[in-house]
Amino acid sequence: MIQGISIYHFLIVSTLMFFIGIAGFIIRQNLITILLSVELILNSVVINFLVFNRYLYPDQLQGHFFALFIIGVAAAEASVAIALIINIYRRIHNIESDNVNEMKY
Amino acid sequence: MNVFMFYLLSFIILTFSVLTITSRKMLRATIYLLFVLVATSGLYFLLNYQFLAAVQLTLYAGGIVVLIIFSILLTSHISQRFKKPEPWKLWMGIIAFIVGSVLVSWTLLSHNFIKNPGMKSTPVDMHLIGNQLLGLGKNGYVLSFEVISILLLAAMITAIVIAKKEKNQKSDTL
Repeated sequence: MIQGISIYHFLIVSTLMFFIGIAGFIIRQNLITILLSVELILNSVVINFLVFNRYLYPDQLQGHFFALFIIGVAAAEASVAIALIINIYRRIHNIESDNVNEMKY
Repeated sequence: MNVFMFYLLSFIILTFSVLTITSRKMLRATIYLLFVLVATSGLYFLLNYQFLAAVQLTLYAGGIVVLIIFSILLTSHISQRFKKPEPWKLWMGIIAFIVGSVLVSWTLLSHNFIKNPGMKSTPVDMHLIGNQLLGLGKNGYVLSFEVISILLLAAMITAIVIAKKEKNQKSDTL
């Protein structure tokens, strides 16, 4: 833990980051920028896990491993999402979310 | 020094997060996201989790951002600017941000986090991480390790199958 910085400072930063991600998810229209917002959300969750681990239970490594697995899941999710986006681009020639209103092949 | 670094890194994180969701050029938004990820790994260094900071740098900043930049180059024009979002969407986002962050911050600040005083902090070294990640007994994470390896394999196969070009598709579609 850091001398002079309480747990609340970290939690406020990650809360703001999380809701910036939520706002971006609502505001943005392009599929790739929506993916960027999802990455922001996942990152703020990772910060939360590590801070709780370090400040409240420093004798274990549980938050550390959860953070590791979240990063792995984020990598898998990004690769599948990008494959889907490329496929959508082939079919309808743009990736605005307003135009992706039918899933029918 | 640490306090100053914490404020600097949080300032970078928040500023560039806002820029990521407001920039109207897609490549710039991705580069701002890269700054956010690097500053986040700085926070992990501050918390003494060196291994996770290195993973963050290589996997997020080195892997995912490059993947996203590739897909941007494949799917859109670099110089294209987004049109302004519709006002109701903008206000929905701002209201969601304000309401959510105020609610969660208020809940956090009114809760008293109690640290068990008997715990002494263990240094996070590579031997400990490796033993626990592949351990079967107490504090062992071998099951989740295997599950995530299968997940990564499945994601890789899925990505290949989805993005594969179909045989009867005309060649001028991409």
